[in-house]
Amino acid sequence: MKTLTNLTLKIWRQDGPDGQGRFETHQIPEISDEASFLEMLDILNERLIEEGKEAIVFDHDCREGICGTCSLMIDGRAHGPQKGAATCQLHMRTFDSGAEIVIEPWRAAAFPVIKDLMVDRSAFDRIVEVGGYITAPTGGAPDANLIPIPKPVADASMDAAACIGCGACVAACPNGAASLFTSAKLAHLNLLPQGQAERYKRAEAMVDKMDEHFGSCSNHGECQAACPKEISIDNIATMNIDYLKSKFKNRKALAR
Amino acid sequence: MTITLDSKVPEGPLADKWQNYIANQKLVNPSNKRKFKIIVVGTGLAGASAAATLGELGYQVEAFTFHDSPRRAHSIAAQGGINAAKNYQGDGDSIHRLFYDTIKGGDFRAREANVHRLAEVSVDIIDQMVAQGVPFAREYGGLLDNRSFGGAQVSRTFYARGQTGQQLLLGAYQQLARQIGLGNVKLWNRMEMVDVVNVDGRCAGIVTRDLMTGEFSSHSAHAVVLATGGYGNAFFLSTNAMACNVTGAWRAHRRGAAFANPCYTQIHPTCIPQADDFQSKLTLMSESLRNDGRIWVPKNPDETRPADQIPEEERDYYLERIYPSFGNLAPRDVSSRAAKRMVDAGQGVGPLKNGVYLDFAEAIGRLGESTIRERYGNLFDMYARITGENPYEVPMRIYPASHYTMGGLWVDYELQTTIPGLFAAGEANFSDHGANRLGASALMQGLSDGYFVLPYTIAPYLADLLNKPVPDTSHPEFAKVQQEATDRFKQYMAIGGTKTPDHFHRELGQIIWDYCGMDRNANGLEKALSEIPALHEEFKKDLRVTGTDTSVNQTLEKAGRVDDFFELGMLMCKDALNREESCGGHFRSEYQTEEGEAVRNDDDFAYVSAWEWTGDMGNPVEHKEPLEYEVVKFQTRSYK
Repeated sequence: MKTLTNLTLKIWRQDGPDGQGRFETHQIPEISDEASFLEMLDILNERLIEEGKEAIVFDHDCREGICGTCSLMIDGRAHGPQKGAATCQLHMRTFDSGAEIVIEPWRAAAFPVIKDLMVDRSAFDRIVEVGGYITAPTGGAPDANLIPIPKPVADASMDAAACIGCGACVAACPNGAASLFTSAKLAHLNLLPQGQAERYKRAEAMVDKMDEHFGSCSNHGECQAACPKEISIDNIATMNIDYLKSKFKNRKALAR
Repeated sequence: MTITLDSKVPEGPLADKWQNYIANQKLVNPSNKRKFKIIVVGTGLAGASAAATLGELGYQVEAFTFHDSPRRAHSIAAQGGINAAKNYQGDGDSIHRLFYDTIKGGDFRAREANVHRLAEVSVDIIDQMVAQGVPFAREYGGLLDNRSFGGAQVSRTFYARGQTGQQLLLGAYQQLARQIGLGNVKLWNRMEMVDVVNVDGRCAGIVTRDLMTGEFSSHSAHAVVLATGGYGNAFFLSTNAMACNVTGAWRAHRRGAAFANPCYTQIHPTCIPQADDFQSKLTLMSESLRNDGRIWVPKNPDETRPADQIPEEERDYYLERIYPSFGNLAPRDVSSRAAKRMVDAGQGVGPLKNGVYLDFAEAIGRLGESTIRERYGNLFDMYARITGENPYEVPMRIYPASHYTMGGLWVDYELQTTIPGLFAAGEANFSDHGANRLGASALMQGLSDGYFVLPYTIAPYLADLLNKPVPDTSHPEFAKVQQEATDRFKQYMAIGGTKTPDHFHRELGQIIWDYCGMDRNANGLEKALSEIPALHEEFKKDLRVTGTDTSVNQTLEKAGRVDDFFELGMLMCKDALNREESCGGHFRSEYQTEEGEAVRNDDDFAYVSAWEWTGDMGNPVEHKEPLEYEVVKFQTRSYK
C-alpha cells in the first residue's frame, strides 16, 4: 500500500439543469492507492460538508461495476483511463502523485445534466420500452429445455446482454449516438430463437426511438473503446442489417 | 392498530396447499381489474416482476424507484445463480428436496407452507426467464447447464456467467419496460417512498419525496406492494449497494406492520477483506467460486511466507477437515463462522491478517486455466481490479461480510403484512429463508414472489373492495402524513450540527457489527442497546446536512436513511437478545457446543418473532407465530 500526494481535482459543478456550469478546484493532499476513485470523492464530500459546503452530486450505487449507475468523464475519458471497467472499479493506484484530474459529467445532448455530475439517462429506458424485450406474459412458458440453443449462440447473446446501460458509449461518441447500447440489446434478443418472432419489429421500433433522442452513428468506434463491458461494435453492423431488413419484412406493412 | 398473526396457511397436505389455494381463491374478473390501482415500491427482481405481471393482468399499476432506472436495483449484483428443482441433471433433485434443503438451510425457522410453494414455483421461473430471453449458460448440446451451490448435494443452480442477477433483473426490467411502453404501468423514477398512509385500518397509499426537486407528494391506491429490499446496510460495511436502505419497510413498520426476525442477518463467507478505514463498501466474490476453490489458512499463526511456498502439510483446509461431506460447500453461516474462528485464532492471511485463502491452484492444475477463466473470468478480473493481485497466480483472500437479511416485514401466506392492503415481496419480507438463506435462493424468492405468488394472492384482498369507495389523496390522513414527512426532512436540514450522515452511519454500523454481527452474546447486545440510543441522540443534535432541500441533495437522502437504521439497529439487537439460542445467521456464543457449533432450542424458540412498533424504539412488543411442521422433523443441522 502506498500513498498518493498532492492531487488536484477540477470538478464540474452545476446547480441545476438550467444553471451555469463551472469548474471548481479541490486539493487532495494525500490518499491511499487502495482507495477507489469514488471513495476519494466520498472523502472529499465528507470534508466539504464539514466545511459547511454542499457535497458534490454524483450517481453511483453498486460499486462493483454492474448496476451502471456511475458515470463521469475523467480526464476526458468516459469511466476514466482503465479499460473495460466502470468508474466505480477504478482505483487510485492508476494515478500518480501530483496529478491534476478533470472530472466532468457525461457529455451528450440526450443526457441533460441534473446537477453537478449527475445526468438524466432516461432516454435509454424509452428505447427499451418500445421493443427491448421478448413478449412472454407470465405463466404458460414452455419447458426451458424445449429449445436447445447452441452454446456459441447463447454465449454471443450473453456477450451483448452484459451491457450495463451506463451511457459511456453515448458520452464517448462525438455524435452522441446510442448505437452501441441499442444494438447490444437487439443482439442479445435477436440472436436467440425466442427472439425471432419480434426480431424485425424490434429492430425497427428501437432504432426509430433511438433516432428521436440520439445522434447518428458514423463508425468512430469510440463507444467500443469506452465500454466498461467491452461490448463489440460488430453489434451495430448487425443492427443496421436488421433495421434495413425490417423495411422489407415489416409484417404490418406487408399486411396493408 | 392491533396485531394478530394469522398465517392463513391453506388446508390440505403440504404438497397440495398451493394448488388448493389457487383453485379456491377469489378472483377479480378481467374487466374489473382495471378498476384497481396498485402501487409497487421498488423495482428490483420482486418489484419489477410484480409490477410487470400485475400490469399484464390489467390492473392499473404505478411503480416507484429511487433509482434513475428500474434496471439499477441491487438484484443486479447477484452473481452465482438461481436454484430450481428441474432435475435436469438427473441427480436426484425434486421439489421436495429443494423444499427440504431450504428448510434445513434455514435452520428450521421458516414457515413450511411458504417454502414448499417456493420450491414448487421454482421450476416455472426458469421456464419463464428462458422464454423472456435470459441467456443462461448452456452445454454444447444446447441444453441448460447447472452447477452446485452451498447447502445442497445436487446441481440445481442455473447461471449466466457470474452475472445471473444482472440477466434476471434485466429480464424482469424488460417485461416491466414493455408494460410501461404499453401504458399499463406508470413509472416514477428518482422518487423515494418516505411513508405509508393508512385510513380506517387499511393501507391507502404512500407519501414520496421527489429526489430531483425535494417535493413531497401523496399517492393513493387499493393496495401497496413493498419490494424495497433488505437492511444489510445497517452494518455500514456490507456487500449491498450504497443506496440500499430499510426506509420502505421501516416506515411501514412504524405505521403498524410487524417486523419479523430482524436478528436473522446473513454474513456471506466470500467477500474481499476490508483494506482500509475509508472503505465505503465490501465486494462479494460469488459463492460459486467454492465449487472449485479450496479454502485454507496456514497452520502456523506466525506464517510469513507467500501462499505458494507454504507446503501442503502446513496448510489447514479447515472446511474440508471439519465438514468432510460438504467440504468447501458448507452453508454460508457455517463457513463464515469457521473463517472468523481461524482469523480470531491469528491464522488470518493478508497484510491485515483479516482473511483466509480461496485457492484455485488445484483446480487450475486439474481443469486448466481456460476452463477456470470460462467459469469465473469476470469474478477473477473483478478481484484483480480491486486488490491489484492476480488470482490465477496467487490465492484470493476472502472474509465474511454482511450480505443479505432474512428478517423483514412479517407476511402471511398471501404476502400481506399486518396492515391490510400492504404487501411485501422479495428480501423485504421475512417469509422463506428462516434463519439462513441458501446460495442462489434470493433470486428464486424475488421472482417467485413477483411473478408467481403475489399476482394470485393479491386478488382476494382486491375482490372484497370491488365497487367500494376507497380514500383518495384528498383524505385528511394523507395531508397529515405528508406534513409529518415534510417536517422530518426539514428538521434534518435545520439541526446544523457538525457531523455528516456518513459519520453516524459508520459509527452505528460498527456497533451493530461488533455486537450483533457474526457472533453475539447477551453482554454485547445489552451494550449495543445502550450505545445506539446515545448515538441516535447525538445524531439528532449534531447532524449536519449542507445544500438545499429543493434540488438533488444526496446528503439529505442519506440522513433520512441513517435515521431509520438507528431504530432498526435497536430492534435487531433486541431480537437477538431475546432469542436465547443459536440458529442460522443468529449465533449466540452462549449457545454452542464444545466444537463451536450452533445449539438451537426448538422447545422454546421454534417461533417467528414479529415485533410491533410502540412509538418508543427501546420498547417494542413481541408477538409470536409458532412454527408448526407437518412434514419436516426438527433435526440438528449437520454438514459433517
